[in-house]
Formats: sequence, structure tokens, C-alpha cells
Amino acid sequence: MTSVLVKDLTLKFGALTVLDNLNIDIPEGEFLVLLGASGCGKSTLLNCIAGLLDPTDGEIHINDRNVTWEEPSGRGIGMVFQSYALYPQMTVEGNLSFGLKNARMAKAEIKKRVARAAEVLQIEPLLHRKPAALSGGQRQRVAIGRALVRDVDVFLFDEPLSNLDAKLRADLRVEIKRLHHNLKNTMIYVTHDQVEAMTLADRIAIMKGGIIQQLDTPTEIYNRPRNKYVAGFIGSPEINFFEGEVEQGAFATGGERFSLDGYAFQGAATGGSAWLGIRPEHILSGDAAKDLPVTAEVTVDIVEPMGSDTLAWATLAGVPLRIRMDGQAAVSTGDRILIGFDPARASMFDKSTEERL
Amino acid sequence: MVDAVIPRGPKPRPRFSRTNIMLYGTLIVVAAYYALPLYVMIVTSLKGMPEIRIGNIFAPPVEVTYQPWVKAWSEACTGINCEGLSRGFWNSVQILIPSVILSIAIASVNGYALANWKFKGSEVFFTILILGAFIPYQVMIYPIVIILREMGLYGNIWGLVMVHTVFGMPILTLLFRNYFTSVPEELFKAARVDGAGFWGIYFRIMLPMSLPIFVVAIILQVTGIWNDFLFGVIYTKPADYPMTVQLNNIVNSVQGVKEYNVNMAATLLTGLVPLIIYFASGKLFVRGIAAGAVKG
Repeated sequence: MTSVLVKDLTLKFGALTVLDNLNIDIPEGEFLVLLGASGCGKSTLLNCIAGLLDPTDGEIHINDRNVTWEEPSGRGIGMVFQSYALYPQMTVEGNLSFGLKNARMAKAEIKKRVARAAEVLQIEPLLHRKPAALSGGQRQRVAIGRALVRDVDVFLFDEPLSNLDAKLRADLRVEIKRLHHNLKNTMIYVTHDQVEAMTLADRIAIMKGGIIQQLDTPTEIYNRPRNKYVAGFIGSPEINFFEGEVEQGAFATGGERFSLDGYAFQGAATGGSAWLGIRPEHILSGDAAKDLPVTAEVTVDIVEPMGSDTLAWATLAGVPLRIRMDGQAAVSTGDRILIGFDPARASMFDKSTEERL
Repeated sequence: MVDAVIPRGPKPRPRFSRTNIMLYGTLIVVAAYYALPLYVMIVTSLKGMPEIRIGNIFAPPVEVTYQPWVKAWSEACTGINCEGLSRGFWNSVQILIPSVILSIAIASVNGYALANWKFKGSEVFFTILILGAFIPYQVMIYPIVIILREMGLYGNIWGLVMVHTVFGMPILTLLFRNYFTSVPEELFKAARVDGAGFWGIYFRIMLPMSLPIFVVAIILQVTGIWNDFLFGVIYTKPADYPMTVQLNNIVNSVQGVKEYNVNMAATLLTGLVPLIIYFASGKLFVRGIAAGAVKG
């Protein structure tokens, strides 16, 4: 069953097109992440779904009901904001019950729901405090609680973890995942953090310039990015790109020839200018590289040890190359090492359209 | 270098440095410049007429008398009327209270609507409203006389209340709009998702957050309306004259002896209300002004 349906959604501010004829179909219970750099229109899309912005054109359906002209409160959504947006003069309890009071719900029912939300989020001891007396993580929990008490079908998150420090962010990320697992509501989550996107999402929509570049599962987006932008956006350290020509089952770049044995072309293999992308973690070194279809010997320029793994920089075919190695790898600047990769794990993009080949 | 001092802890700052002497010297001179007239007024109001005639205006009173204050409040004559300033005081209160409440109530809703519920043409509307603040009052005196006459409010206290409310609108709307603009937009969005409407958000979310700006508005309006002379003398009849107009009539009366002590006492009495308001809320005033500037 479709939970949220976005149909031909367009939003223009004067001459500026922020959302361009978007179509998304979100099944019930899905965790969808809208991912993109700032200014890509992801928050705008969320605001349109929430009813906080009027679209220029298009429809929004929630639970098979056209809610395009509905007020935000009449859409069956709850929303969590980046700045928490708690009402500063109300206690936590007041914050949680504000929406219910507006809906003229019976007092006993309000009490029951607040108690339940407080239990789920473990904020019971905080109910009588004001937001100013809470830590960032507690505030965000209350903000989630405010959506929770309303018993809505769809949760909207607008970069909810961006104001928190790194450790807390990781903790709350897991909690949100657990919450989704328990509640099984549809959730739409906006973020610019690819780790959040990869870990939380059932599906990720990568946006750029008001257009969805790719809407797929995290694995699919990581392994088979549909275009060059997606390939470069997802993955850290960033994917390595080579510019060259496809000719006779091989990729020629800067004097090197990489075999393309095993690469699954989208259509028929054609020649012409193209990009070849290979992720740093898919480049192997040493003995593991020996039997791979593509091998080369390179000199290590710089080593960045990060504990869990080590990033080595080298130069291949005139382009800087990132190689992700084991954290314990004994490698230092100036070493000559043998590297190799399997073309099946690479991604190729047309030079002019930047679409996947 | 006999015993070298090892720099450690807070850097010592000499008390009588040249900067300090300049700074405090200037402050003292400026403070004296403003405080001296007030001092003269207070001492003069506590002297009897014979003592004033000696001419030492800076000398403290030899014989303290409160008679001038009593006379200014309840006996001083304006024309044939000898009730003192007390009647003007109550007139002013009657004008002040509805004017302040009405102007602030309307302006705060105006500001809230302009900040949070932008409608087509709201910016144009706001610009026109602000333009009103730059037109000299004097230009509008006669048109307003006609408007009030046509409405049947000329010479009525409520006519003056309306004039004060209208003239407070540009600056107060600007004040409230800027304050409400500084309230994070997400708070407003959250309230909408929670199902609060125009009035719900105004009364339950915005009002409780805006005490400082209301204090600023109250101070501005109380001081402005209390000190108003022009509108008071034009739009009311003698029986309803506010305190300022009556003060003028007492001080500027041409018949009889000039009673400086009574004049001083009357002036101080008239200035008392804004002074009290200011001292009672000075801290909140500063906080409110700052709150508008910094993001809340």
C-alpha cells in the first residue's frame, strides 16, 4: 500500500525552480532518506509534503488521500526539526500535549499518550522540565516525542541530528532506527550526511538541483550509481575517477589500459569517451592484487592512518589515486606497491551525459 | 631590573591610568551636565519664595517646605479653575491606558502577521506603514481634525485615544515585526504541524515568548503618550486637557507673581510617570532592545 505519493511536484520561487516535476512513491512502513548537498531542494520537498510550503504544481497524497490543499495538522504527519523547535515557555509535558490539546482530545487520553511516548523515548523524568534545562539529545528526543504522541502515519525528519555532536549523533541514529523498527511507520528523513543515509534508509533518494538523481536501496546506490554525480557523492573517501576511452573491451587512460573483463554494461558495450570510477576500498594491494584483471605498480605519495583503516595516496595514469588499506598495513611514503582491482566493481559513465554505461 | 616580576595570572591594571582618568572624567562631566538642572529643580521646589528671591539657585534650601508641591498638585490655577495638576493627571491616565493597550494590541498582531503570515502585498503594506513614521505630525493635524469631526469624536477623549493609537502604529509594528522575525521559523512550523492556527500560535507560542518586546513597547508608548502636548491641546477640550497641557498653562500664566517653586514642583510631578516606568523596567528595556537585535 502506498503511504506517501508525490506526483509531478514542482515548486518555483519566481524564476528559480527549486523542485522540478518530482515523482516519488513511498510504500507503507518504508524509511526513505532524502540525501543531497545543501540547496538541492531536499528540505523544500519535505516542507511541501508537510504542507508548510505551497507547491507551484503537482499533488501530494498521503494514505491514498489527496492532501495537497490540507493544513499540515490535517495530513496525518509529525515533523521533527533540526533546531528541535520546542516551545520554550512550556514544560516537556506541555510540548508533548500541545498538538493534542489543539485537536481537542480528552484529557485522560492526552495523559495516556504522553505517558506512552515518554516511556518509549525514556524521557519520563524530564516531563516537568522546560526545554532550556535539557541537553541537546534530550531536546531532540522530546521533539520526536511530539510527533509520536499524535499517533501519525508518517514521520518527517528535517536533519534532526545535525545540531548534535558526533557521539550523540551516532547514539540517536541507532535510536531512530530502533524506533522505526518498533513503530513500523513510514518515515521520510532529510540529511546531508551519507553515513546517516546509508545506515538508516530502506531507500535513498539522492537529489541535486531539484531533481532526484537516483532512488534506490543503499547497496544499489553504493554499488551501481546511476550517474557520475551519485558515484562521487556517495562514499568516503571519495571514488577515484579516470577519464579515457572505451575501446575493444578495455579502458584506455593516460597511457594505461585497464581490462574491462567482467564489467556489466547497462546496454551493449559501446566505444567512446567515458569516466571510469573505482572506490578506494575496492582497490586491493600486495598479494591480494596479483590475480586481479587490472594491476599496476604505483608509488605511495602520502599515507593517512585512521586507525580502523589507512588511506594511501598514489598516482596512476596521471591522476591522484586513493587506496583504502587495512589499518594494520605496513605502508609508508615512497613505497612501491602492487595494486589491482576487479572491473566488475567499477562504474563507468558516459563522458558527455555522465550516465552509467 | 632589581626583582623581575614573573608574569603569571591576571595582568595587573593600574587604577589611575591615563585611560581611566579620561574615561571616568568624561563620564562625570557628562553626568553632571544632565544631573545639575534636575538638582536645581528639586532644591528650588523645596524652597519658599523669599528664599528663591535671594538668587542662589544652587544653594540647598535653608528651610525645607513641601507647600509648593501641595499647591502644584491641588491648588494651582489655570484660568478660573483652581484644582491644580491633579485633574490633568487623571485626564492623562484616562487617555494613556486605553491608548497604550489599544496601540500595542493592534501593533503586535500586525507585526506578527507581517512576520509570520506573509500574504501577497504584505511587504508593500509594511513599506507604506513605515513611511508613515517619516511624515511630520504637523502636516496631518488639520485633516485629522476633519476626520474626527466627521466621526463625531472631536473634543472627545476617545478621539485622542484613536489618534495616539494610529500614530504609534508605524514604529510599534516595525518593533514587533522585527522581534517576531527573529523567532526561529521552525518554531512556527512546528506549531502549525501541531494544529495551531493564526490566533493559537499568537497567544500560546508567540505572546509568552515576547515579554521583553512588550515591555519595550509599553515604555515607548507610555513615555510618548504621557509627554504628548500637541495632540492633547488640539484634539481635546479644556476639561479633558492632559497633564502636559495643564502644566504649560500653569507655568506660562502671565498674571500674578511667577512662583518658581510651584512651577518646578509641577514640572517634576508631570515628569514622574515616565521616570517611574523607566526605573521600574530599565533592565527589561535593555534586554528587550537587545533581544530584537540578537537571534532569540
